Amino acid sequence: MRCNILLLAALGLTAAAPPPSGGFGRPATPAEIAAADIDVRADGAGLPPGHGSVAEGSALFASACAACHGDQGQKPLTGLLRLTGGRGTLATANPVQTVGSYWPYATTLFDYIRRAMPFPAPGSLSDDQVYALTAYVLRLNDIVPDGTELDAATLPKVRMPNRDGFVPNPDDAH
Amino acid sequence: MPDKADTGISRRRMLRRTGFALAGVSSAAPSARAAAADLPPWMLEQGAPVSENPYGVPSPFEKSVVRITGGKQPFPTSAHMLTPLQDLDGIITPNGLHYVRDHGGTPAIDPDRHRLLVHGMVDRPLSFGMDDLTRFPSVSRIHFLECSGNTPLYKSGKPDWSVQMTHGLVSCAEWTGVRLSDVLAEAGVQPGAAWMLAEGADAAALTRSIPVAKALDDAILAYAQNGERLRPEQGYPLRLLLPGYEGNTCVKWLRRLKLGDQPFQTREETSKYTSLMPDGIARQFNFTMEAKSVITRPSPGCGPKQPGFCEISGLAWSGHGRVVRVEVSTDGGAIWRDAALQDPVLPKCLTRFRLPWTWDGGPALLQSRTTDEKGEVQPTRERLLAARGTHYYYHYNAINTWRLAPGGEVTLAL
Ligand code: HEC
Repeated sequence: MRCNILLLAALGLTAAAPPPSGGFGRPATPAEIAAADIDVRADGAGLPPGHGSVAEGSALFASACAACHGDQGQKPLTGLLRLTGGRGTLATANPVQTVGSYWPYATTLFDYIRRAMPFPAPGSLSDDQVYALTAYVLRLNDIVPDGTELDAATLPKVRMPNRDGFVPNPDDAH
Repeated sequence: MPDKADTGISRRRMLRRTGFALAGVSSAAPSARAAAADLPPWMLEQGAPVSENPYGVPSPFEKSVVRITGGKQPFPTSAHMLTPLQDLDGIITPNGLHYVRDHGGTPAIDPDRHRLLVHGMVDRPLSFGMDDLTRFPSVSRIHFLECSGNTPLYKSGKPDWSVQMTHGLVSCAEWTGVRLSDVLAEAGVQPGAAWMLAEGADAAALTRSIPVAKALDDAILAYAQNGERLRPEQGYPLRLLLPGYEGNTCVKWLRRLKLGDQPFQTREETSKYTSLMPDGIARQFNFTMEAKSVITRPSPGCGPKQPGFCEISGLAWSGHGRVVRVEVSTDGGAIWRDAALQDPVLPKCLTRFRLPWTWDGGPALLQSRTTDEKGEVQPTRERLLAARGTHYYYHYNAINTWRLAPGGEVTLAL
């Protein structure tokens, strides 16, 4: 009798125990995490091995990107914003927000091209190709010189012109 | 009972076919024939078989009540569709009419092959299948969802824009799923984890950084919408639902949550979904959709047909919580009257308001102004533009004005 009560109490405790006792889901394996973990942070965390140059990016851009974004990023198709230009316009009556004039981090360019471009075939570029395209788009914006080669060490060091152009919304406390 | 009905029908058929009455009802026969002739055709024959539409569809007479696109969209997979607010009643948006904004099209995801990975600054990185997620205690809540690009009126608008064009990127549904805090507790969020990256399994692999405080507060991993599983364009089989936050943060087709100590600075929170102020500085992480309301009837295309009684009806909402008040003006903001709020009035949810009004047939300027439980009052357009300039692009929540002309035509006034 006494035993039973103790047993019931123990069972009750088990049932009321908070997660992780639910045990739903299964441990994620290092391999599946590595495969899914594609984001790149502003400090460069997440950048993969590999490298690419402005020259390689230039050739690739002409074949894989220019049809939509325009030759050298100029004159994109209707409905697309320009990838270049606009420096010095943000505080004017006609601001032009581009990678060069607006984006605060160069790493975002790598992350976005790798996850979403080219628009008709996302995920089709090698990491070397993404480094090369990143270098080329930065070159088009006069942010890096000709001859630049980018990798996981150098890309986070690229300082974007509008790096200090953002403030957290004061009305959204978090 | 069925026998009786059958008899009645066959008798009526017989009457129609043969033209003469049965014995015993002869005295009523002439008037029965006349009545049959006057009855609408759908009373004189069987309707459609009960099982014709295993998944029901609206009446064919409601064909015009559909989502529309706002102008030309050169890339059909990075595009949006707007909810026909002028045709809807109450607060719930039917699933087929919920607004849509995709950045890489709507994927067709096999739920048996979809998994959610939770990793980063957690004690136990976990992988969940849909069956795992639906085992968690479930929760249902009614919340609005609004695209932060809704109401693109910072610069200008066209007089003939309907409320669907101006405000159709807001919808409201009962969302069912699992509390994100329960899922994160399974993984064990580590101290110092302040941000959570949410990533979609679409062609855009869309990503946003969310404050962990919000994730642990009222966030839901939703798998159902108004009682049925999510529609593909709403993130089937799994989406993040952050009540009150801009729609883009409520990542659809959710595949990954990664905890970290700083925001991830994705393209959708730097290049896009940030707001440029007149001084050239941009506001980032503009999450909460502010207090807002709009009159849905009368509105362009839905003007009163004649002077006299005309109910003014619309919707109010706030990402900060409940709507506590809606005032309506018919003279462009000189005199305001309190509208009645229809129950239920729920936090971070559309609220239906109504005001009985007698239209004298003259020109009128119809406006609504809401106040939320935080005390935020919906601003005038002048005040909003003075504070934000005209390049802010997102989060437009100013008082809206419909111009009612003597003929009953309604147009947008700015
Ligand atoms: C078929 C047309 C097409 C092609 C080809 C294409 N893009 Fe894009 N690109 C788009 C569209 C559409 C968007 C906007 C997507 C959205 O709405 O989220 C975009 C967005 C971008 C952006 C973000 C721009 C911004 O201001 O936020 C970058 C950077 C970019 N593309 C780079 C590339 C590169 C590099 C390539 C070549 C590898 C490429 N694109 C190929 C259509 C294309």
